[in-house]
Amino acid sequence: MMRRSILCLAFSISAIAGCKHSSSIAPALKATAAGTALVESSGGKQIGGTGSALKDPLVVQVNDDQGAAVAGAMVEFRGAEGVHFEPAATLTDSSGQATTSVTLGTIAGHYQLSATTIGKTQQVNLQIVEIALGYQQQLGSLLEEKYCARCHDSESSAERVSNYDNLEVKPHPFAEGETLNKMSDADLVAMIQHGGPALSKSALMPPYGSTLTASEVRALIAYIRAVADPQYQPGGTVYAKN
Amino acid sequence: MQSLRKSISSVWRALFGDPVRAFGVVSLLLLAVLAIAPAKEHFSEWHSYQNRYLSLIRDRGDAVSLRRRFQPGIQQVWLPQLGVVDRCATCHEGLTEASLADVHAQPFRQHPSIPHKLDEFGCVICHRGQGAATTVAEAHQSERAGEEPILPARYIESGCGQCHQNALTGTPHLNQGRVMLARYGCVRCHTAKLPDGSTVVATDDPPSLMHVADKTTRAWIYSWLKDPQAYASTATMPNYKLSNSDASDISAFLVSSSTPRVGDTAAVEVKFTAPADPAVGATLYGESFCASCHAVQNAAGNIVGGNVGPELTRVGNKAKPEWMRAWLENPRSYNSTTLMPHYRFTPQQVTIMAGFLEAKLDSDYGTNVHLDAATPQQIAHGKKLTAELGCAACHEINGVKKPENFAPDLSRIGSKALAQIVFLPGMEHSLPRYISSKIQQPRAFGPGLKMPQFTLTTAQTSDLTNALLALTDRSHTMPDMLRVAAVRDTNYQPAGHAGKLMADLACFSCHRINGRGGDMAPDLTFEGSSVQRQWLDDFLKNPNTLRPSLIRRMPRLNLTDGDRKELTDYMLAVYQSPAIDQDSEPLTTNTPAVVEHGRQLFYSRYACQSCHIVDPKTDKGYIGPTLTAVGSRLTPAWIYAWLKNPQALRPGAIEPNQNVSDEDARAMTAFLMTQKGASKQVAKR
Repeated sequence: MMRRSILCLAFSISAIAGCKHSSSIAPALKATAAGTALVESSGGKQIGGTGSALKDPLVVQVNDDQGAAVAGAMVEFRGAEGVHFEPAATLTDSSGQATTSVTLGTIAGHYQLSATTIGKTQQVNLQIVEIALGYQQQLGSLLEEKYCARCHDSESSAERVSNYDNLEVKPHPFAEGETLNKMSDADLVAMIQHGGPALSKSALMPPYGSTLTASEVRALIAYIRAVADPQYQPGGTVYAKN
Repeated sequence: MQSLRKSISSVWRALFGDPVRAFGVVSLLLLAVLAIAPAKEHFSEWHSYQNRYLSLIRDRGDAVSLRRRFQPGIQQVWLPQLGVVDRCATCHEGLTEASLADVHAQPFRQHPSIPHKLDEFGCVICHRGQGAATTVAEAHQSERAGEEPILPARYIESGCGQCHQNALTGTPHLNQGRVMLARYGCVRCHTAKLPDGSTVVATDDPPSLMHVADKTTRAWIYSWLKDPQAYASTATMPNYKLSNSDASDISAFLVSSSTPRVGDTAAVEVKFTAPADPAVGATLYGESFCASCHAVQNAAGNIVGGNVGPELTRVGNKAKPEWMRAWLENPRSYNSTTLMPHYRFTPQQVTIMAGFLEAKLDSDYGTNVHLDAATPQQIAHGKKLTAELGCAACHEINGVKKPENFAPDLSRIGSKALAQIVFLPGMEHSLPRYISSKIQQPRAFGPGLKMPQFTLTTAQTSDLTNALLALTDRSHTMPDMLRVAAVRDTNYQPAGHAGKLMADLACFSCHRINGRGGDMAPDLTFEGSSVQRQWLDDFLKNPNTLRPSLIRRMPRLNLTDGDRKELTDYMLAVYQSPAIDQDSEPLTTNTPAVVEHGRQLFYSRYACQSCHIVDPKTDKGYIGPTLTAVGSRLTPAWIYAWLKNPQALRPGAIEPNQNVSDEDARAMTAFLMTQKGASKQVAKR
C-alpha cells in the first residue's frame, strides 16, 4: 500500500517535471575589454507601438578615456517590466558598438531604458528613452503623417519634402512640449477643427473640422500628448501612483 | 495491521456509538460540506481581486461614482453568435473607467480607447485566452486541448482581421502582413481561403522561364539560385539552400528547356555603339522616370527607387545585351502581361538606355562560377529537382506542370491547435512563436522540409504572423452579417483602340480607374471632368511636374499625335463625373471685381498659399499642385466642385474641406481661371 503510493507520487513528480519546458540558456559571454564611457549611437527616442518591436535597433558605443571605440566590452540592456531586448547582453563589435532590438511593453508612454557596461574602474550607465504609442495614439500618428507632417515636421525625406521652411509663420512641431503642453485639449480641438484664426493664430493653419471626424481629432491630440517633450502632464486631480 | 484495525473500530465506536452522537456527527459533517461552496467562493482568486479593486478605489476623489459602477460577483459577456462566454471583467474591473488612467497595475488598468464597446465584444475575440475561466492561470496560460493562451500584444491586430477583411487605418501591421502574404509568393504554394469563400491571390509577378535562355546565361541562373539576395538585396525570391551540384543541374535544365521566342531578337540590331557621353544614359534613365518603379543601390548602400519592377543594381550581370535591347524596344514581346509600359523609344534611345543598363554590373559577381557542360543525366536530375521543389508554382517552365496543393493549407492556420504542433526543443509553446519561427527558419523544423529561406526583417515577420493569425476558425464560422468585406479590385477594362493603347502603356500599373489599378499616381476615374483638352494633350506629349515635391513621376511615353488624340478623346468622353456639369456653372461673367475678391479670399481668408503656389515670386507652398497655370489646366466646374468639397471628388484627398460658401467658391474659381501661366518655364522646376 505504502510502496504503491510512493511509486505514484514519484511518477507524478516526474510527469510534472517532464512537462516543464527546458529553457534555453544563452551562451555565457565573456568581456575581453572594458571602456570608460558609454554613448548612444542611434536608436534612442524612437516612437513605436505598444508590445511591438521598434523599427530601428538600439546601438550604443563603448569608448575609452581617449574617446576611441572599445571592442569586446560587455553591454547589458535593461528596461521596465515588459520591455524585451534581443539580445539583452552582448559584446561590442570591432567598431565598439553593441546592437540590440527592442520590444516595448504593453503600456503606452515613455520607457526609460538603460545600457550598462562594466568599466575599468566602475560601472557605466546610459539612459535612453523610447516612446510606445497605444492604439488611439498610433491612429493619431498615421493621421499626423498624412495631414500634418508636411508642415509641422521640418525634416524632409526623399518621399516627403517638408513645407516647413516655406511658411511665413512657423508651425509648432508636435514634439514641442514647451508650447503645446500649455494648450488645453479644448484649445487644440478648436485649432484643428476651425483653423489657426480660431485662437487668433496664423490663417496658414487650415480648418480640418469637416475633413476629420471628432474621434480622429481626439486621436491626433492623444498623439501630440504622447510625443510631447518635455512630457505632458494632464491637468486636474493627480492621484498617488499605484 | 491488527492494531490499525483495532484503532479504526475504536474511532468508529467513539463517533457513531449511539444514535444521538451519530446524529450529531452526521449533522456537523453535513454543515461542513455545505460550507465548501461559499468558502470556495470567498477564497477564490477573483474575489480577492475584487476586494483589492475596492480598496484601490476607496481613497480616490471619485470613489463614490466608481463604487456605484462596481458590480460584485462574476461579470459575464455572452455572445452566442460567436460562441463566446467572457468573464474577464470579473477581475479586470477598471476596464472602462476613464479616471483610472494613472493605474498601471493589472488587472485594474483602463483599456485603451478603441472603436468597439468592450461589453458588446468581450475580450477573448481579440486577445484569445479562456473567457469562461475564473482563475488567472487558466484564463491566460492554458495550453490544454481546444484552449489557447493569451495573444502577445504585438499580434493584437490579428483580432481585428477576423471580421475586418478590408484594410483598416488602425491596423497597419495586419494590412502590411496581408500585402506580404500576396506579394512574397506565399499563396503560390500554400492555399489561403478567406472567410468570404475567395482565395488570397498572389500579386507578385514571377517571370516565366520558358524563354529564359534568351534573357540570361546559365552561370547567372546558377549564381541566382545559390543566393538571390547576393544579386539584389531586395529580391523577393527565397533561398532554397541548394548544393552546388543541385544548382548546377537546375540551371542546366532551365537553359535546355528554354525555347527561343519567335521573332524575339531577329528584328533588333545586336551591334552596340556605346554613347560618347556616359551622362546621356543617366539622363535618359532619369527622364524616363525608371526610378519610379526600379530601385538601384547607391554608393552609400541605400536602395533608391520603387519596388514595382526588379532592382537594377547588377542588371548588366544578368541580362544579355540583345535581350535588353528587345525588352526596351517593346517589353510586351517577351512578356505580354508585364507591368512595364511600352516606352516607344527611338532605336537610338534604345541603344543609349541598353548601354547604360548593361554597364550596371558588379565585376566581382559570379566570377568564381565555372560550370561544365551538363550531361543528360544532370539535366534530368535538374528537371526532377525543379518538380520536387515546386519551382513551377511560381514560374512557367517548359515540361514541368504547376503543382497542385503543394504546401499545407493556411486557411485556418490562426486556430491550429497547440497539440498538433511539433515545437522545437526550448521553444515557447505558443502559436505566434511557432508561426514566426516557421517563417524565419523553416528548415529548422526537420530534415527534408522544402520551404525555402525568406529574407525578412523581424518587423516583416511579425506583420506576416499577424495576417496569418487572423485566419481563424471563428473568422470562417461567424455569421456573414458580422463580417466587413474586403474592397477588391474590379476587372475594369477600357474599350476599343484606346483600351489597347492603355494596356500597352501599362497605365494601370500606376493609375487607378474605376476601382482597378495601382496607387502610385492620381486616380483618373473623373479625369475627363477635371482637365482641359489642350492641357491633357500637352501633358501626354511632355509630362511636366505638377507637384514639385514628388519623386515618382509620369514618364514621357513618346506617343504619336494619333495615339495622343485617341487617348485624349477617350478620357474626356468617358472619364466624367456625374456630379459635375460643365455647362451649368455660371462662371462666364467674371468681372475684374469678382476676380479681385477671389484673390483676396484665396490669400487671406482661406490662406491657400500655405500649400499652393500661384505667384512663384511670393508663394512658396509646396504641398498641393502648382497653380500658376491652373486656368489652362482645369475646368471651372471642377475647380468650383473641388473647392466646395475635395473629398467628394477624390476620397482621401488631404486638402481640408473648408466649407467654402457658394459665393466664395465662385469668386475663387474666377480668380484661379485667370491664372493661365505666363510661359512654360514655370511648369518645370
